[in-house]
Amino acid sequence: MGKTLFEKVWDAHVVAQDPGAPAVLYIDAHLIHEVTSPQAFALLRERGLKVRRPDRTFATMDHAIPTRDLDIALWPQDAARQVETLRRNCRDFGITLFDIQGDVQGIVHVVGPEMGITQPGMTIVCGDSHTSTHGAFGALAFGIGTSEVAHVLATQCLLQRKPKTFAINVEGELGFGVTAKDIILAIIARNGAAGGVGYVFEYRGSAIRSLSMANRMTICNMSIEGGARAGLIAPDEKTFQWLQGRPYAPQGPDWERAVAYWRTLHSDPDAVFDREMTLDAGELEPMVTYGTNPGQGIPISGRIPYPEELEDPGERRSLLAALEYMGLKPGQKMEGQRVDIVFLGSCTNSRIEDLREAAKIVRGRKVADHVQALVVPGSKAVKRQAEEEGLDRIFVEAGFEWRGAGCSMCLAMNEDKAPAGKYVASTSNRNFRGRQGPGARSLLMSPIMAAAAAVEGRVVDVRELMREPLAV
Amino acid sequence: MEPFRTLRARAVPLRAENVDTDQIIPAQYLTAVTREGMGQGLFSGWRYHPDGTPNPDFVLNQPQYAGAEILIAGRNFGTGSSREHAVWALLQYGFRAVIAPSFADIFFNNALKNGLLPVRLPEEAVQMLWDLVEEEPDTPIRIDLERQIVTLPDGQELGFPIDPFRKMCLLQGMDDLGYLLSKEPEIAAYEARSPW
Ligand code: SF4
Repeated sequence: MGKTLFEKVWDAHVVAQDPGAPAVLYIDAHLIHEVTSPQAFALLRERGLKVRRPDRTFATMDHAIPTRDLDIALWPQDAARQVETLRRNCRDFGITLFDIQGDVQGIVHVVGPEMGITQPGMTIVCGDSHTSTHGAFGALAFGIGTSEVAHVLATQCLLQRKPKTFAINVEGELGFGVTAKDIILAIIARNGAAGGVGYVFEYRGSAIRSLSMANRMTICNMSIEGGARAGLIAPDEKTFQWLQGRPYAPQGPDWERAVAYWRTLHSDPDAVFDREMTLDAGELEPMVTYGTNPGQGIPISGRIPYPEELEDPGERRSLLAALEYMGLKPGQKMEGQRVDIVFLGSCTNSRIEDLREAAKIVRGRKVADHVQALVVPGSKAVKRQAEEEGLDRIFVEAGFEWRGAGCSMCLAMNEDKAPAGKYVASTSNRNFRGRQGPGARSLLMSPIMAAAAAVEGRVVDVRELMREPLAV
Repeated sequence: MEPFRTLRARAVPLRAENVDTDQIIPAQYLTAVTREGMGQGLFSGWRYHPDGTPNPDFVLNQPQYAGAEILIAGRNFGTGSSREHAVWALLQYGFRAVIAPSFADIFFNNALKNGLLPVRLPEEAVQMLWDLVEEEPDTPIRIDLERQIVTLPDGQELGFPIDPFRKMCLLQGMDDLGYLLSKEPEIAAYEARSPW
């Protein structure tokens, strides 16, 4: 019997397997950041341990840092302390740090691929659940807790039970105005936020193959919102092309060897998955979430369910609690819903491709008077590229703020947060209560849908704006 | 890590599904560089009004549940962010076990690695426990990890599954690090043959 892509990567990384015990899995790349690593380094110091592979460990600063100002002297004390702690830990243990002062900085899941650290067939972990993003390159990548960060620092290994496999086939062509974000929101709406618990997703099918690397990252990013720790896409020519020449990508003869190996990384035709589902890309519409978990999403033409329509008492309870928090009603359409803040950013949708698409909608238009809109590029490289292309001017002229790179209003760890009661059209991945600020109400959607919401001041079907001639 | 063998304690009913780690410990508590001080942040968005006063409607603030060491929650508990702070917060507040129909993967792992026992019981059993501790908040619930059984005061026993390796670690208060360090020769051999 053939193997799935996941099994190939898994099998190549099992260091040891005692009977009855979980596998000892080798980790090729370990990404760390300022928020979930300090306690892990403290544990290393307590036990007198070294970092086994500082050459395979890379640190970024993204979660806690304010994006308005990179001058640490002006920061809140706790964010400054986390950044200083990470600097000291990287210095003491010899780890490469992409510091806020340097040229390379940004959200860990944007910077890793950008630098070519992320490669097909690797195992990649980070103390962050959206590590699943790197699966877009055919890597087995997943989030871990701080104890596990310490384990990987000390041994470059993790104790893991082998998860089950779940093939998600997306076939056909996406319609006009429908994006990768809509694919993943639709998958989660269908399967539920816990639908993938215990599984690793593999996204397959013609619709997935036709996506750009940025769009593939958007999909894999939200595997965790579907309950799966990891999501993979088989690497192909697009993947190789994207990686070639990046700073940490293999060079010369190593590159040829690597590509030859990478070409073997796909599920064999006779491989068997534990579960499968199929989605017709042609039937999808732009999606919007209405609730407080990412599974509570509907197409733009749809309406919020009535509790009576849900059979399960738990689902009903979740729906009622969510609608109360969100200030929304059963049966309501999301189209027309007022929006107060628009956040274009996060590791889901802050890449140059996302900004380009959003800028096309914004160009020649103005942000609605009552709306505060901000663009937070995923990395300094994205920011520089956007500025070279003049995207920053398009956004600023329309009335957006143009920020520095970081997580920002995706998790609201600093002053980048939305006030209570406000509706946030957000390109991020989580609509949990208070995720974007205590009491704030998140509506997850694609970058073009968020851009349209910014100019209209309410949730609209972006396809209508795309049909209108540009006002330039 | 503290070993976990048996626990006899009162329980709090948290009738909510998909409780995410942003609820368990909101982002503003993640600015710490140590593990301490998480207990006060536990469910802070639910426990306190925006002005900082306790919200008497939230179940953890109800006097009849003070001192409970078991949390009974709905399915997919601990979904979302990988923050281990969520587990530290539950432990520091005084919880030793969480009963739910299902848990999110990363939270589940984090719990086991800190000696917080995640107990998976069927939906109906969780419903029954919710009703029971709402009616009789003083009901003691006994969890026996060795036998993998939750026992109610009337003698009713509910079995729960747990990975045998994780069970052994919990019973002995052993963490993964010692085990992984003991694999040093295998790790070195793997590195020597790995193409990376
Ligand atoms: S952008 Fe948001 S989801 Fe992504 S790593 Fe940062 S906080 Fe996590």
